[in-house]
Amino acid sequence: MSVIFLLLIASVSVAALFLGAFLWSVKSGQYDDETSPPIRMLFDQKPASSSGNSSETNSTQQ
Amino acid sequence: MSTSVKSTIQCYHCGEECVTETIQLADKTFCCQGCKTVYQVLNQSDLCNYYELNKNPGTTQRITVRKDKFSFLDDEKIQQQLVSFRNSEQTHVTFYLPQIHCSSCLWLLENLHRLNSDVVSSRVNFTRKEVAIIFNHNRSSLRTVAELLTSIGYEPYISLQNLQQAKPRIQRSLIYQLGVAGFCFANIMLMSFPEYLGLEEAEKSMQYLFRYFNLILSLPVLLYSSLPFYQSAWGSLKHKYLNIDAPIALAIIMTFGRSLYEVLSNTGSGYFDSMSGIVFFMLVGRVLQEKTYQQLSFERDYTSYFPIAVTVIKDKKEIPTALPDIKVGDTILIHNEELIPVDGLLTKGKALIDYSFVTGESLPVLKEMGELLYAGGKQTGSNIELLVMKEVAQSYLTRLWNNDDKQKAAKVSFVDSLSRYFTWIVFALAAAGALYWSFYDGGKAWNVVTTILIVACPCALLLSNSFTNGNVLRILGNNKLYLRNAQTIEEIAEVNHIVFDKTGTLTTTEAQDIFFSGEPFTDEIAGCIAALAAQSTHPLSKLLAKEFKQDGAFTVKQFRESTGKGISGIVNQRIISLGSAEFITGYASQKFEGSTVYVSVDGSLPGYFSIRNHYRTHIFEQIKQLRKQYRISILSGDNESERLNLQRELGMDVKLFFNQQPHDKLCYIQQLQQGGQKVMMIGDGLNDAGALKQADAGIAVTESTNNFTPASDGILEANQLNRLSAYLQFTKANKRVVLASFVLSILYNIIGLSFALKGVLSPMIAAILMPSSSLSIILLTFGASSLYARLLGLRKKQQL
Repeated sequence: MSVIFLLLIASVSVAALFLGAFLWSVKSGQYDDETSPPIRMLFDQKPASSSGNSSETNSTQQ
Repeated sequence: MSTSVKSTIQCYHCGEECVTETIQLADKTFCCQGCKTVYQVLNQSDLCNYYELNKNPGTTQRITVRKDKFSFLDDEKIQQQLVSFRNSEQTHVTFYLPQIHCSSCLWLLENLHRLNSDVVSSRVNFTRKEVAIIFNHNRSSLRTVAELLTSIGYEPYISLQNLQQAKPRIQRSLIYQLGVAGFCFANIMLMSFPEYLGLEEAEKSMQYLFRYFNLILSLPVLLYSSLPFYQSAWGSLKHKYLNIDAPIALAIIMTFGRSLYEVLSNTGSGYFDSMSGIVFFMLVGRVLQEKTYQQLSFERDYTSYFPIAVTVIKDKKEIPTALPDIKVGDTILIHNEELIPVDGLLTKGKALIDYSFVTGESLPVLKEMGELLYAGGKQTGSNIELLVMKEVAQSYLTRLWNNDDKQKAAKVSFVDSLSRYFTWIVFALAAAGALYWSFYDGGKAWNVVTTILIVACPCALLLSNSFTNGNVLRILGNNKLYLRNAQTIEEIAEVNHIVFDKTGTLTTTEAQDIFFSGEPFTDEIAGCIAALAAQSTHPLSKLLAKEFKQDGAFTVKQFRESTGKGISGIVNQRIISLGSAEFITGYASQKFEGSTVYVSVDGSLPGYFSIRNHYRTHIFEQIKQLRKQYRISILSGDNESERLNLQRELGMDVKLFFNQQPHDKLCYIQQLQQGGQKVMMIGDGLNDAGALKQADAGIAVTESTNNFTPASDGILEANQLNRLSAYLQFTKANKRVVLASFVLSILYNIIGLSFALKGVLSPMIAAILMPSSSLSIILLTFGASSLYARLLGLRKKQQL
């Protein structure tokens, strides 16, 4: 009995974790633009020769 | 007409044909200085990867942006309204860049910091065509950033709308509600399994655990996920009618009440599984149906067309001024390619106004000093000065927009009226069942009533409707017809009269047909005409120059241009004149002046060119096909010169009206509607805006969805206009599919009801019946609408 109770709590809380992750990802705007991320990840990160540092390209905004 | 065919050279930057000039730089060719400059800028910063990702990714730079265009961005007041966030170091700003179209754009715009180290980061939202830029405002300014974007060919589009209102944020609450419902539904199903499969006597104590767990999990569904149904139902009750959400909200509450009672009184396990399941499915349908096209706007008003600021001349100084601050009596300076935002008198300069945005007519109109210019035209050519006669809010264009004060009455979907009957029948059945059982077995009456209300919930109807609508909207969108909302599908399906605008809708603004009437002439003379015409900036001259362009260029001597009349010069030892009938022959012509050019060679008169708008390909076939099922009218703001031609092409039963003012168009549609007809208006320019609004379904036609379109119920890409009849057929299928699946759901309901009325519906059967009926209906509607789309030859996938 108590084992099943524990298992229930565990399974629901794992599911709740995923729900939380989903809500967070929607809230942070990850589904607002579905076109650019798949293109963006294919760009080569050339080591910047003259100016700037290329890591900034990946920095997420907000 | 013979024209020499030449191999065309593509511009390395924008991919367009090099027509007027060809600029060489190393092994690359450019169509204009602008394109070359952009290439040089990128080349210097080692950003030529831009050209490797896509072939010719740029947009043409032939129209140069004047240097101080963005000087208004130095204005503190304007800045505040554009900037989204600012601290001691950084400024966050989002620009709308309509030019964004490919992965090269994305790459370049996100590498802005390599061009200018003051830009901290830039991030593109491709669907909204926006770039969010963070820059250091101690070392740079908003104006510099805007000019940086302009220098690489991405001129930010800043309109009056940016100043007046914030963009509505995307509605995310429906997604949250869907997520929560999905979570609860899945877990409740898991917890219900022991109940379905039966528990042994020894494990009965666990039953309570599962039931109370379900009860707790169903609370978020009842209190949060079902909110849209309660809100919609309450809204309809306030207006004293029943929409489909009313019985659904009732069923959700009844199911929960009944289940709560069963669990607390320990008489059963309740129907939490069915309740959360149906809410989940209905929310999925709603999300599908309300998927919006983020990049399109159906609610545009004049503010999104107007610039945010114009240059006012005061005491011989040019001061950029925000548009709402312009007063009557101010003198404003309009530069090349700028929109005139107010009605005003032309006080200085030569105005060549392109009213295509208002009328759809692509050839610019010449205006002399002292003439009144209406807002909405775009100046092409040199700078002009205007004396403001009417402020923005009172201008002709603004009134055009606002002249329809009456709002269209909220349309009621057939689903709502259908569900109303359904609801009354269900109420009657519930009452009869209660009456019957109270005679025989009073205790069962409550059971029976609640079961009937639960099983007879018209959720199947709502499901089939929202899923079919969602699928139809999606398929039409893939075929470049973007509808504002699901209700529009029904409106279009009921249309029996189609009204077309002519200029810009049936004809294209991108090409003109040139006809020559008179004695035929030699290639040599054609070359002379082209050489002479090339000297002038008048749009008709440009057309002739392009049409007759030849390799061996002739030189023009003694070129003379009389503004608004014609041009003359000596080419290849011939005196050639081009111009209006009066300029060439000395007599005013009976024909309409705007589209004819008379020619004289060495004093003799071979004939004249008439320039007509080019009809879209297959448009006549399409209208002939539509004629079989619909009444057709064509309204045109132009003169009657096309009447015979059109009537011959389309047949006598197509009604043609010419010289139609915007208000006439609106009145004509009103008149048809008063005669009981359902009217669809298909137009493009601002002069159709009133008619588009008035019509039962107004569809705006546009060459590219990047362009701005007047407020409408739908936006159709112009090259798809010749498939209109297939689209109309498809919208009709929508209702049929919904009705078919509704019949199926009634069958389910009858089976369910027959059990329920006998009082023997077990939780097991109810648990199977509800989700399976929903799923089968979803499959049916999706399958049927997709099949129908295939039969009509509509594309399933988006073509880029």
